Parts: sequence; structure tokens; C-alpha cells
Amino acid sequence: MRESKLDLLQGTLDLMVLQTLAAMGSLHGYGIARRIEQVSGNQVLLNQGTIYASLVRLQQRGWIAAKWGTSDNNRKAKFYSITKAGRKQLAQDAAYWRRLSGVMGRVLGMQGEGSEQ
Amino acid sequence: MTGFLLEAFNRVRSFFHKRPLDHDFDVEMASHLEMAVEENLRRGLSPAEARRQALVQFGGVQQALEQHRESRGLPWLDVLMQDLRFTFRTMRRDRGFAAIAVLILALGIGANIAVFSVVNTILLRPLPFRDPQQLVRIVEKNPKAGESTKTYTADATEDFQKQNRSFQSVSGYFAFTAPDNFKLIGNSQPLPVTGILVAEHFFQTLGVNPFLGRLFRPEEFVKHAAPATLLSYPFWERQLGGNRNIIGQAINLNGTPVTVVGVLPETFDFGSVFSPGARVDLFTPYIMDDFRDDGNDLALIGRLKKGVTLAQAQREADEIFPQLYFEHKHPEYGKGYTGQLTGLKEYISGKLRRSLIVLWCAVGLILLIVCVNLSNLLLARAAARSKEFAMRGALGAQRGRLVRQLLTESLVLSAAGAVLGLGLAFAVISYLAHQGSIALPLLSSVRVDGTALAWTLLIAVGAAVLFGLAPGFRMSRADLQEALKDSGHGSTQGRKHDRLRSALVIAEVALACVLLVGAGLLLRSFLRVLDVDLGFEPSHAAAISVDYNDGRSAAKRASIWQEVVRRASMIPGVEAAGMTDNLPMSRNRSWGIKAKGGDYDGGKFQAIFVYIISPGYLKAMGMRLIEGRDIGWEDLFDNRNVVIINETVARKLWPGQDPIGRIAIAGGQETRVIGVIADVRETNAEENAGWQMYLPATKQFGPEGSELVLRSKLPPATLAPTVMRMLRQINPGQPATEFKPIRNLVDHATSPRRFFVLLVGIFAGLGLLLASLGIYGVISYSVTRQTQEIGIRMALGATQSRVLFGVIGKTLRLAFVGIAVGTVVSIGVARLIASLLFGTSPTDPFTFLGMLVLLGTVALLAGYIPAHRASRIDPMLALRTN
Repeated sequence: MRESKLDLLQGTLDLMVLQTLAAMGSLHGYGIARRIEQVSGNQVLLNQGTIYASLVRLQQRGWIAAKWGTSDNNRKAKFYSITKAGRKQLAQDAAYWRRLSGVMGRVLGMQGEGSEQ
Repeated sequence: MTGFLLEAFNRVRSFFHKRPLDHDFDVEMASHLEMAVEENLRRGLSPAEARRQALVQFGGVQQALEQHRESRGLPWLDVLMQDLRFTFRTMRRDRGFAAIAVLILALGIGANIAVFSVVNTILLRPLPFRDPQQLVRIVEKNPKAGESTKTYTADATEDFQKQNRSFQSVSGYFAFTAPDNFKLIGNSQPLPVTGILVAEHFFQTLGVNPFLGRLFRPEEFVKHAAPATLLSYPFWERQLGGNRNIIGQAINLNGTPVTVVGVLPETFDFGSVFSPGARVDLFTPYIMDDFRDDGNDLALIGRLKKGVTLAQAQREADEIFPQLYFEHKHPEYGKGYTGQLTGLKEYISGKLRRSLIVLWCAVGLILLIVCVNLSNLLLARAAARSKEFAMRGALGAQRGRLVRQLLTESLVLSAAGAVLGLGLAFAVISYLAHQGSIALPLLSSVRVDGTALAWTLLIAVGAAVLFGLAPGFRMSRADLQEALKDSGHGSTQGRKHDRLRSALVIAEVALACVLLVGAGLLLRSFLRVLDVDLGFEPSHAAAISVDYNDGRSAAKRASIWQEVVRRASMIPGVEAAGMTDNLPMSRNRSWGIKAKGGDYDGGKFQAIFVYIISPGYLKAMGMRLIEGRDIGWEDLFDNRNVVIINETVARKLWPGQDPIGRIAIAGGQETRVIGVIADVRETNAEENAGWQMYLPATKQFGPEGSELVLRSKLPPATLAPTVMRMLRQINPGQPATEFKPIRNLVDHATSPRRFFVLLVGIFAGLGLLLASLGIYGVISYSVTRQTQEIGIRMALGATQSRVLFGVIGKTLRLAFVGIAVGTVVSIGVARLIASLLFGTSPTDPFTFLGMLVLLGTVALLAGYIPAHRASRIDPMLALRTN
């Protein structure tokens, strides 16, 4: 049986978008979606359409900026880039996630007292 | 944090730029898909497959658009706008329903706003003075005979002012001012004006600042001070054309130039606070030294010091007042006042609290009935719309969303009703505010204010939820499949609807029943009050204040009075004429009386209302002389000490004896009793008569003002010019005073009761109308739904009359269950309002019987129309139509 894809936790998509933009510079929506899929090794269940809700939300909070431009193959597309406020937010959220995943890792790595040892 | 503020701002902006943003998103999505297709093509997919894969990866264009809108805009507002648009479309389609619903709501909400404004003004809102909670009214503890026993002498007032430690200031006003006590002499005819004498610091105590000029100065309260006056705002505007230059100038009052020192603010209405229904034009200083010998005449108010409670002040007053002398010049008159301190607000409106609360409840009942009625109307509509909602449910609308839609509809109806109701209330309130004839305090300052608007909002939303929620849940819970399948006739669902609607009608009838009983009891009380033997005949009599100059000679006054009465009697159509200083149910004053050598109450003086009169007055008023004789002119000219007493006095002072010829000590003189009259209700129609005596105007017994009373079948308006011409011939300076029917005095005294009866009556009528509408709606609806069934029964041989009586029977069953429930509740309610009734028992059988007949008849009528329709159903037609 094939392993099913991971459902995204609330708020994680925003963080992924921010990180992608921080790493890649200016990028259009399709590029961001593809990049996340590639990096996750196609493990996350991502309707590419949902990325736009995330993008408009981040944009309204002033964490990313958008500008119309032309893609490599001469197509009109909206290019997003991270702002200064966005980088600050990213640092905050990333730290939070690292802590959380560290804790989760430790909790899940816990061994029962009387179990095999 | 700023991120979220920015987001909120952007969301609002997005809400208003839906179209361009949607367009942007369309373009963005299109390019996204094209990029995906290109990449898939590069991976070697066929063009069709490449496109399909791209769409799968994107995952629903419409959903993406919805998500985009939700995260950028204000989704709840979007839903609201949708609901509103839909609601307006539905209402347009169903105009008749919308119009009736809005109208009913407008009546209910309007009545509530109007009553709330009155309640708010009289009961809830603080008085229009600075720190009104510090203001206190001071009166004697057991006032026995009108104003004289509620007031204090100048000396006692000054002593209390000096001795108390609880008050910032104590002041008062002269309590015995007759209307039109001054005449304003200008270029044309003298104008009657009403002026109140106020003690020093009166306005300062209340915290009223002048609108123009200044308040009185201390030197204006000294004997022989230059006369000064403060004008009321309406008088200044009406009579002096709002002339700002009047300050510092003199106006001529009673022939004396009086300097206008200021104009009081528009918000200050002395009458509405201290003497409901009275018009006051100006104020002059009450100079203590002018009144030292005049007995009790100051009505006292005080402002408590900060931090002093009413109870503390009361304890102090209980120590000080018993030690106060009546007059310093005559310590032999004795000492010993009492002082009851009451918050000014409580003093003014405390007596009305119960009536107003009853009124408030009555109008609340109306709103309840309105809600029940609308619930019923909506349920009828719900039946018709059940398919629509089932369809929307089938298309994926959630129940919450449907309830929300229905509540939006209710709120729109309610809001429309509230706006219309606000208009109605505004009209009613401005009408009430200008009703000087209703003797309710503060009524002139009634207005629809911010609090009333908040109240409107509250009841509009409350009503919408109340009448919208039940039908809403019922409709949204309807079984989808049932509703879609069902053609809408005769299903079990329908029967359940019927039961709920019947229950609502019963509730409505019961509420209407309570209102009718309440209104009936109050109406019976009012009729009883009108029926009271007043001791005089108010119809066919009228009075006018007479002005004259007697040069302070009793003899000259007697001849003037005689001349006035003689000439008045000669006017064609006049049956009797006489003079008095005070009329019943208007101003009053009292002196002391005791029987010479008598031992009633230990031989102490008793407070007694005193009226100084001329011969003919008793006859002109229609007062009944039971024994003895009327006063004669020779009593006036010879300064005889004679007195006419009322039955109460005769019974108390000379029990079981003939009082005629006995000697009483009255007004400090030995006087001989010459007559006894039937008791006169001197203060109002509802309280029993007090002690009264009638004395001739002599050197010993000076009148306080003078009113000519005429008895005539002719209407006062017809007589007025002749009377005025006659008075002007005797005294060219006679001001154009009003010739007022005595009936008005009684009407004024009974006006608060009339006001409450009228309102509660209107509400009961409204409740009756709404209940009948509700009955009609339910019966008519059930007849429509049973058309087929009735058709079959008639085809099987049921006669028209059988069908008719069947439907009417159903109606009456509903009505009588409602009446039965209502009667039980009414008995409880009637007990609660027992203290407002007059001469009527709370279980008055006539009222309950009348309610039964009235409601029964109305129910019968409301049921007859659909019953008649049912009996006319053509069986063939009814069977064929389905």
C-alpha cells in the first residue's frame, strides 16, 4: 500500500511559503507550490490552489510583497518576495517550530519503564 | 501586532474592491495553470492529460477562489450581504406579508418607545439639575390640610438655614402663587403673567445657571430693594421676542418698573418639576421681611453636603425642626415643626411609579402579542416555504446557515418596524410634551433621547429573535425528503404546524385577556372617579381672575366685589355669580380652627382649608348649603365674624349637636357658625374632603386673590367678551385673563388617571385587534389546507351549516382556552394593580364578564369569515383541483 500524504497543520503552509521566499527570492505562486512539493519530496498533500489563500493572507499582513512581472517563458505572473517584517516573523515562527518539533521528538521518543531494554 | 492591524485594514479594503481583486486572481490562476500544463507537456504527457493533471494538482478552481476571498475579505459580511439581498428579494415578492408584519411591529415597537420615553423621563432619568441626587424636598411629616401644612414661615426657614450642618444650602419658593398673579403692562392691554417668588439661593441650590444675565443678588432680597426679575425662557421668547438687550431694562409689572436681571435656560421648567401642568413666566425675589407675619408659605428644598446621607440629614432635621418657632415676634404662637426629607426626584415621581410600571408592563405585553402574532405569520409562511428550504438544504446549505438566513429576515422586518415605530413614537411624544393639560411632572421634557434609541435597538433585536427563532428552527429542521416529495397538503408535518400555531393563538388571546382586564378595571375606576360627588357642580360654571385696586381698604374692597357681582349677575344668561379667593382643586391655604370651649383633640387648633368668599359664590359653584344661611353683603360691610363650615367640621367639632350659632375660634377670631355645606373635594376627586371653612371678605379675613365665578348654561367663550367688557368698565387696568371653565380644574386633577386609562385602553384595543388577527390567520389557514377534506365531507352529505359550525366551534375552543388561561393570570395581575383602582374591586365581575363577552365576540367574528368561506366550498371544484 502506498503511504498517504501528510495533511498540513493549520498555519504550517504560511511558514513554508515564507521560508521558500526567504530562500529563493522573488517567485510566482506556481513556483512556490512546486518548490514546496519538491522539498517535501511530494510528501505533503497540497492543493496548489490553497497556496493563494496563504499568499493573500501574508500579503495583507505585510510579510510579503507582490508585483506583476514576466515569467521565464514570457508569461504575465505575479511575483512574491519576502519583506523585512516577513523575515522577522519567519525567524519567530521557525524558532517556535524547532522548539515544538524538538519537544514532540523527545515525547515520542520516550520509552516505557518496563519495556524491552 | 501591527501585522494584524494591517490585515484588518486590508480585509476591509478588499471587501470594497471585490471585482478587481477577483480579476487579478483569475489572471494569476490562469497563468498558474498554463505553467503547470507546460511543465506536464515537457514531462511528455499528452496535451489533454497535461491539462487534466494540472487541474487535479490545483484542486478546484472555485474552491480556491472562495478560499482566496475568505482569507482576504470579510466573509461574515459577505454572508450578511447575501442574506440581506435575498431577504429584500423575498420581501418584494411577498409585499402584503411584509407590509402587515412591518406595520404590526411598528405599532408594537412605537408604543414601547413612547412609553419608555415617558417612563425614562419621569422615573429613570435624573432631574435636569446639577448633582440632582443631592437635592431634597422638605415638608411637614403629616400634612393635614394642603399646602399650608407642607410649608414653613420665613422665620422658621431662616432658623433652619442657620442651624443645620447637613445642607450646602436650603432655599424655597412661595407656595401660594395663583396663576396670572401679575399683570404685565405694555403698550396695549395689560397681560396676565404668572410669577413665582423664590427665596435667596433658590437657583443656586438647584444648580441652574442663567441663560442670559445673572441670578438674583443678596441685596435684592432686602426689604425695599430695587425690584428685579428673572424671566423664563419661553416667556422671554414669546412675549419679548427673544430680545437679548432686555437685560438691565425694566418691564412694568402691576404698575411698578421691574428690572430684568436675567433669562433662565430653556431646560429649566419650574412648572414641570414643582407644579405639573402650570405655566410660569417669571421669578421675583421672596423678601423674607415682607412675609414675617404671613404664616407658613415657603416650600423648602435643600442641597445636601457631599457625603451626607439622607438618613443623617433626617436625624438632624428631627432634632432641629421641633425647636423652631413659628414667629420670632410672637413666641406665644409656640414652636414645633416637623421635617420629612425626601429626595426631590422621589418626591416628584414616587407616587407615579406604580402607574408607570403598570403602563410599561402593558406595553411590554403588546410587544409580546406582536411577537406571537408575527411568529404565527412566519409559521404560515414557513409552511409555504418549506420546499424552498428543503431544496436549499439538499443543495448543501447547513442548518446554521438557514437559521441565520431566517434570523436575518426577522431582523430586517424588525428593523423596518423599529424605524417606522420610532417615527410613530416621535409623533406621540412631541404631542405629549405639549400637553399642558396633563398634570404629570416633567412631561414637558419628554423626548426620544439616546437612551430611548438604545432601548429601541434592544427591543427590536429582542423581538426579532423572539418571533424569528421558533419558526426558524422549525423550518430548518424540516425533513428534506418529506418536504420535497410532499405536495404540501394534509401531511403530518402540517398538523404539527397547526398545533404550534394554535398554542400561539391561545397565548395571544390570554395576553389580550390580561390587557383587557387591566384596562377594564382602570376604566371602571376612572368612571367611578368621574362619578364622585365633588360637592360642587363643575359643569356650567366658569371663573376669571379679577383685578382691582382697593387701596388696602376692606370697605372699598367690599363695594368693588359687590359691584362686580351685581353687574355679573345682570349679564343675560348668568344664573348666579360670586367671588372667592381660592377655587377648589387649584391653590389652597389653611388656618387653624377649634370650637370655643370644645375639647376635640385636647382643644388644640386643627388645620382647616380657608376660603374667603362673597355672597352668591356657593350658589355659583353649585355647592350645597345643608343648614343655615349663605353669607350676606352686610356681613362684609359690617365686618362680621361669621363662618360657613363643611359637614366634616360640624361632625368633628360638634358631634350630634346643631352647629348653627355656635362659636369657633377661626383665623384667630371668635366667629359664629351661620351655615353648613356638603363636603367639597378640595384637592382632588379621589381623596376625601378635609376640613373647610368659608369666611366673608372682611377687615379680619383678607382674601388672597380674587376669582369671579359665574354659573350659566351659555358656553364660557360666548360669555367671555361680555364679562371682560364689564370688568374693564369697573377697572380699565383689568388684564386679559382667561375665562376658564370650572370643569377644567376637575379635568386637570383627574388628568393623570385619564392619561393612564387612555393609554392602557389603547393598548388593550391594540391587543384585541392583534389577537383577532391571530385567530383569523390560524383558522383561515387551516380552512385553506383542509379545502379538499371539507370538499369530500360535503360530497358525502355534510351540510353547509355543519361545516360552518364546525369551523366556528374550533375557533371558539381556541378562544375559550385562551380566555380561561388569561382569566387566571388576570386575577393575579388585578391584585398587583389593586392600589391603582378606585372604588373597584380587583375581581370586579363586570370587568371580567365584559372581557369575556368582548373577546368571545371578537373571536366569533374572526372565525366567522373563514367559516363562511369553508361552508361555500364547492365539493366538485375542491376535489378537482388536486
